[in-house]
Amino acid sequence: MIKAKQLKAKSYKSSQRTSLTISYIILTILVIVWLYPILWILLNSLRTEYNTGGQLIGIVVSHYFPKQIGFENFRILFAETLFPRWFLNTLFVSSISFIISTMLTLSVAYVMSKLKFKVRKSFLNIAIILGLFPGFMSMIAIYYILKAFQLTQTLWALILVYSAGAGLGFYIAKGFFDIIPNSLLESAKLDGATNSQSFRKIILPLSKPIIIYTALLAFIGPWMDFIFARVIIGEANTDTYTVAVGLYYMMYGEQIDSNVFTIFAAGCIIVAIPIVTLFLSMQKYYVEGVTAGSVK
Amino acid sequence: MNNNQDTYKKRNILSRFFSIFIYFGKSIYNKFKKFINRFKDGSIGTKLSHIFMGAGNIYHKQYIKGVIFFIIEAGFLALMILSPQVNSTPLGFKSIANFFTLGTEPGSIFLPTDNSMLMLLFGVICFGIIGMFIAVYGSSIKSSYKADLDVKAGKEATSFKEDIQALLDDRFHVAMLTPAIIGIITFTVLPTIFMIFIAFTNFDSLHPAGQVLFDWVGFDNFFAIFNGTGEISVRFGPVLGWTLVWAFFATSTNYIGGIFLALLINKKGIKLKKIWRTIFVLTIALPQFISLLAMRSILAEYGPINSMLINLHLIDDPIKFLATADSAWTARITIIFINIWIGVPYTMLMTSGILMNVPKDLYEAAQIDGATNRQAFRYITVPFILFVTAPFLITSFIGNITSFNVIYLLTGGGPTVPGYIAGETDLLVTWLYKLTIDQSEYNIGSVIAIMTFIITATATLLSYRRSKSYKEEDAFQ
Repeated sequence: MIKAKQLKAKSYKSSQRTSLTISYIILTILVIVWLYPILWILLNSLRTEYNTGGQLIGIVVSHYFPKQIGFENFRILFAETLFPRWFLNTLFVSSISFIISTMLTLSVAYVMSKLKFKVRKSFLNIAIILGLFPGFMSMIAIYYILKAFQLTQTLWALILVYSAGAGLGFYIAKGFFDIIPNSLLESAKLDGATNSQSFRKIILPLSKPIIIYTALLAFIGPWMDFIFARVIIGEANTDTYTVAVGLYYMMYGEQIDSNVFTIFAAGCIIVAIPIVTLFLSMQKYYVEGVTAGSVK
Repeated sequence: MNNNQDTYKKRNILSRFFSIFIYFGKSIYNKFKKFINRFKDGSIGTKLSHIFMGAGNIYHKQYIKGVIFFIIEAGFLALMILSPQVNSTPLGFKSIANFFTLGTEPGSIFLPTDNSMLMLLFGVICFGIIGMFIAVYGSSIKSSYKADLDVKAGKEATSFKEDIQALLDDRFHVAMLTPAIIGIITFTVLPTIFMIFIAFTNFDSLHPAGQVLFDWVGFDNFFAIFNGTGEISVRFGPVLGWTLVWAFFATSTNYIGGIFLALLINKKGIKLKKIWRTIFVLTIALPQFISLLAMRSILAEYGPINSMLINLHLIDDPIKFLATADSAWTARITIIFINIWIGVPYTMLMTSGILMNVPKDLYEAAQIDGATNRQAFRYITVPFILFVTAPFLITSFIGNITSFNVIYLLTGGGPTVPGYIAGETDLLVTWLYKLTIDQSEYNIGSVIAIMTFIITATATLLSYRRSKSYKEEDAFQ
C-alpha cells in the first residue's frame, strides 16, 4: 500500500520533470526565433566584407554570420552621413516634447480622476470618440495648418505635434490615480490644502510608477515614429530628419542605393542601444503601466 | 431571460442616443435663459459687459481682469473685421463666406486662383475661433455677474490675486485643462473636422489646391463606394475584407500566443523567469521600424532565410514572401506571422501581471475540494484571464484595424493590384495614407477615414458601454 503510494509519487515527479524539460525546449526555440532578427541587425552592423574590387559589400547577403567583422560601417555612418545630426535632432525633439506631454497627460488625468466639475463626463466621452479617428486622418490638416503659419519642416513643428495631443492620452494615468484613496485628499482638504497642493504634495509623490511610465513612452515616441515626422519634415530637408525618417530614407528613399544596408544596420544599433537600455531599466514601471491599462 | 436583457440593452443604446440630443437642446435652452436673466438682473456694469467685455469687471474695480477681457474682445473684433491675409487667403469674417463658396476666382494671367483648400481650412479655424470667443464672452459676463452677487451679499468683489488663488484650488480643473484643451482643439479637433468636410468636396489630384478650384459635392464621394468604376468602388470591398480578416487573426494569434508564453514562463519550476521575460521584452523596446525593416531584409529573395531553406533542400527557388509575392495569401500569412513576433511579448507581459494577481485563495479552495492542477487551470486560471482581459481584446482589435507600421514597413501594401493604388495587403489606413500623401486624392482618403472611424466606433460602442471600467467609472469616486 505504502509502496504503491511512493511509486505514484515517483511517477508524478518524473512526469513533472519531463514536462519541465519540454517547457525549456520550447522556450529555447522561441528565444532563438525572437532573437534571430535582432542578432541579424547587430551582425550586419559589424559586417565588413569587401568584394574583389576592394569595395565594401553593404547589400543584404544570404549568409547569416558575417565572414569578417569590424567597425567600418559605424565610421561611415558618423563621417559620411548626416546621422549624427539626425540623432541630435531626435534627442532635442524628444527631450522637449516628453516634458510637455508628461505634464499635460498627468494634469488631465488628475483632474479627470479626482476633481468634480460640470463637463467632466462629456469631456471623457469626447476624448474616447476623438481617439477613434485614425491619427493621421488629421495629419494632412495639421500639415497645412503648420504650413499656413510657416512652421513646417522645423523641429518645433514636430514638438508641437507630439505634445499637443498628449491631453488625450490620460486613460492609463487616470486609472492609476483612481486607485489612490479619496480619503487622503479629503483629510488634506480639511487641513486646508488647496487642490493644487494636494496634486503636488500628495498625488505626485505617490505616483512615481505612472509618472515614469508616461514620461518613458513620451520620450521614446519620437524615436519610433516615422509617419508624422515624415509628413511634417518632408523629404527634401535632410538637415531636419529624425533618426527614424533618416534611416528609412537611407533604405527606401528616392535614390535607392542598395549598398547601404550594413550602414543602416549600424544606425539602427546606435538608436537601439540607448532606447533599449532605457526601456529595460524602466521595465518594472512599464509593466505596471501596461497592467494597469489593460485591467481597467 | 437572455433575450429580454438583449432587447433591454438595445433600447438602452437607442434611448441614450436620443437623450444626447435632448440633453444638448436642454442645455442650450438653459444657457440662453441664464443669459437673459443675467442681462435683466445684472448691474449696469454687467449689462455693459454684454457689449464691452470686461466693463462689468472694471465697474467692480477688477481692473486687470476687465482689461484682459477687453483686449480679448478688441483682438477678436480686429481679426474678424480686418481679415488679415495669411498665404494670400483672408482669415476673419471673409473666411466665413469663403467657407461656403470655396473660392470664386478661377484664376487668370492677372489674378491668382483662389486656394479652395486654405479657404475651407480657414473657415474651420474661423468657426473654431468664434466658438472659443463665445466661451470667453460667456465667462466674462458670468464673472461680472458673480461680482454683482458678491457685492449684493455685502462682500467685496474678488481681487485679481484671489482669482489666481481660486485657479489653484476650486477652479483648479480650469487651470489644468485649459492648455490641454487648447492643444487638443488645435491639433486634433479642428484638423479632424477639416478632414470630415473634405469628404464632401471634390478635392482630388485633378483639383490641386491653389491651381484649380474645388467645390462642395454633397454625398457623391460616399455614393462612389457603391457604384462607379473608380478605385474606391472596386477596391473598397476587398480592402475592408482583408482589414477585418487581418484584425481578427492579428488579435487572436497575439492573444493566444501571449497567454501561452506567459503560462510557459510563469510555470512552476522554470528558473530565471526574469531573464526569459526580459529577452522577449527586448522586442517591445526595439523601435518597430528597425525590427520590421530587419524582417523585411531577412525574408528578402536573396536573404538568409531563403538561402537556409535552399541549403536544406526544402525548396529549389527562393520564395518571395512579401511585396513581390506571387500570391496575395503568401504575403498575408507572412505578415500575420511577423505580427506574432511583434505582438506576443506585449500580451505576455500583460498576462504575466494578471497571472500573478489570480486570487490565491481560489486555488487553495480548489485544492481542498480535491481538484487536480489541470482542473484548477481549466476552471480557475483560464476563466480569470479571459474575464480580466476581455476589454483588452477589444482595444487590441481596434488597434489592429488601424495598425499602420506593420503593413507599411513590411510590404507597403504590395503585392500590387494592376491599375489600382490599393495593393493586396493594404489595410484601410495604409490605403488612406497612400491616397492622400502620395496621390493627393484627398476626398476619397477622407471618405475611407470616415468609414474606418465608423467601424472602430461601432466596435467600441458595443463593447465599451458594457465594460467594467465604464460601469464602475463612478464606483471609485
